[in-house]
Amino acid sequence: MSDVQTFLDRLAERTEARRQAHGPEPTWIAARRQAGAARFEALGFPDRRVEAWKYTDVRAIARGDFALTDSADFSQACAAALTLPIDAHRLTFVDGVFAAALSDLGELPAGVAVMPLSQALADNHEAVGGTLGRLTGVEFSPFSALNTAFMEEGAVVRLAPGSVVEKPIFLQFLSRANAQPVMSHPRVLIEAGARSQATLIEHHIGETEAANFTNLVDEVLLDRGAIFTHYKLQEAPLKDLHVASIHVEQGRDSRYTSFNLNLGGSLVRNDLVVDLNGKGAEANFNGLFYAQGRQHVDNHTLANHNAPLTFSNENYKGILDDRARGVFNGKVIVKRDSQKIEAHQSNANLLLSDRAEIDTKPELEIYADDVKCSHGATTGQLDEEAVFALRTRGIDEQTARGLLTLAFAGEVMERVELEAVAERVELVVAGKLPERFNLSGLVEAAMSLHDD
Amino acid sequence: MLEVKDLHVTVEGKEILKGLSLTVNAGEVHAIMGPNGAGKSTLSAVIAGKEGYEVTSGTITFEGQDVLEMEIEERALAGMLLGFQYPVEIPGVKNIYLLKAALNAQRAANGQGDMPAPEFMKLIKSKIAEMKMDASFLQRAVNEGFSGGEKKRNEILQMLVLQPKLAMLDEIDSGLDIDAMRIVADGVNSLRAADRGILLVTHYQRLLDYIIPDRVHVLVDGRIAKSGDKELAKELESRGYDWVEEESAA
Repeated sequence: MSDVQTFLDRLAERTEARRQAHGPEPTWIAARRQAGAARFEALGFPDRRVEAWKYTDVRAIARGDFALTDSADFSQACAAALTLPIDAHRLTFVDGVFAAALSDLGELPAGVAVMPLSQALADNHEAVGGTLGRLTGVEFSPFSALNTAFMEEGAVVRLAPGSVVEKPIFLQFLSRANAQPVMSHPRVLIEAGARSQATLIEHHIGETEAANFTNLVDEVLLDRGAIFTHYKLQEAPLKDLHVASIHVEQGRDSRYTSFNLNLGGSLVRNDLVVDLNGKGAEANFNGLFYAQGRQHVDNHTLANHNAPLTFSNENYKGILDDRARGVFNGKVIVKRDSQKIEAHQSNANLLLSDRAEIDTKPELEIYADDVKCSHGATTGQLDEEAVFALRTRGIDEQTARGLLTLAFAGEVMERVELEAVAERVELVVAGKLPERFNLSGLVEAAMSLHDD
Repeated sequence: MLEVKDLHVTVEGKEILKGLSLTVNAGEVHAIMGPNGAGKSTLSAVIAGKEGYEVTSGTITFEGQDVLEMEIEERALAGMLLGFQYPVEIPGVKNIYLLKAALNAQRAANGQGDMPAPEFMKLIKSKIAEMKMDASFLQRAVNEGFSGGEKKRNEILQMLVLQPKLAMLDEIDSGLDIDAMRIVADGVNSLRAADRGILLVTHYQRLLDYIIPDRVHVLVDGRIAKSGDKELAKELESRGYDWVEEESAA
């Protein structure tokens, strides 16, 4: 049986079980599922001859046999230990299944709707069908096709024009240690009306022994002047497989800021695509990845400057240890009439081991003539002058290097406005740093002082 | 405490120090003055262990130990601290981390465990107040985006926390306005102690109005050409360095 067939069989079982339990689905959903399945069957899993997957081998996913689950059971105590301590409008999913017991939306401002996808479909499936799939169709990748074939749960966020959500909207995805690994295909749909403003945190985390496959699709539509900050804090268990396709469409004067923070997972692939469709639209991509052991983290970003006077800024940093591998591919496409755009990109990496590897590739396709574009990639060394300065204070060389490695990650985190996120990342990074750096306890101690 | 004997140092093949000798005893404040290019900064850089300085002959001992044989951090742990003329910006390393790591390293070297958090915080708070700095600065990256004056105050703050036996301050007055100069000078004066040596390197006499030295040395062409008390600094202020150069050449 081929790898693809395993997934198609699961889909057929699932579709039949769903029909028996809930009756037929709305026609548009059934049609898209079929289209997704057909596309996935035609494409198969990408192999490394496909340029976009040249450095990323997905056989660990293709050869897996993942079940689907309906259970959202998760120990409260464990969830409490994993969660990010933050005052937020919260939805929790366990292996993709909505967990009402671990969710608390609190009071949402007028004009703001946040709900599980299942509820949005039950309330008014046509309102979902109008936008779902508009940005991330089945054509994008075999994984987006697979998501479309399997999608059942996720989140829908709708912001009325002018609405402002003060507290972050928090989507927590918990991965559970199951006897048999499971897969989930969450679908997140964000519709931000004109001049609306919100911050979304997606947090992927789970039980240490979990080994599940998450195949996420986010679609984010920003109308004129909307301001949207999107944190994706990926701390998935170290055996988890994680694929995410995030598509953003930006209207005039809108601003999208992404923090793509990757600390977990064994095989991680993020695709972040932004269409800057209106003058004055601005996209900021901030990324951090830290991989060790044999982790593989691949970040592909694409900024489409489809309108004049649009701006994109990208700053990704990677730290790789042991035999970990990182991939960064940042692409900018400037359409012919998109004059006076600015696109800046940088990717800096630190390799802590001789056997770690990074493949970094900027790509610029520019068809307009009045543009400002820059890109740079470094695979770096620490600033020796700073190492010296620290040593003159009595700090041994390894600790000095540890502090500077932590600082390397810290430069991305300095732009993070949510302290809970910044602190979590800093602690996790400090905890991952090799023992030779002697930093254990330092960050915790300094943080507890900060809290006083 | 510090004994420098007939020190010859070359930088990129060029001899900068040409037989410098200097003794600093505990409890003394020494000022090294001299024209630009005389090698003033070279001396403190060599003592601190900066790369790129080749000692071709001579010795430096600190409390009887051969300084040139010590690692950079060992020199600091032995009690020699250098305040930089141009403090390095260290993006991402918070001041609190630097202070805590440095203090813990010092305590470990003395066979002590980490300082308990409340005690550490109390210490830091009193020291930053002394330097008239805001507590928020502890969470900021070391020297990043600091004004010239803030950087210098930060150097002194580190001295106040680490309490070196020998504090070397390289052109600590450069780039300071009069208010910042007072704060820095007060900080340095508070370090004066019977068991501590202080070595100031400065181009201008101005700083020595605030920090009164016990000994003043004029460094000309890689050697100490003249030594005296604080009156020598005043004389240099009014007459410049030329006469010392002429006198030493004669």
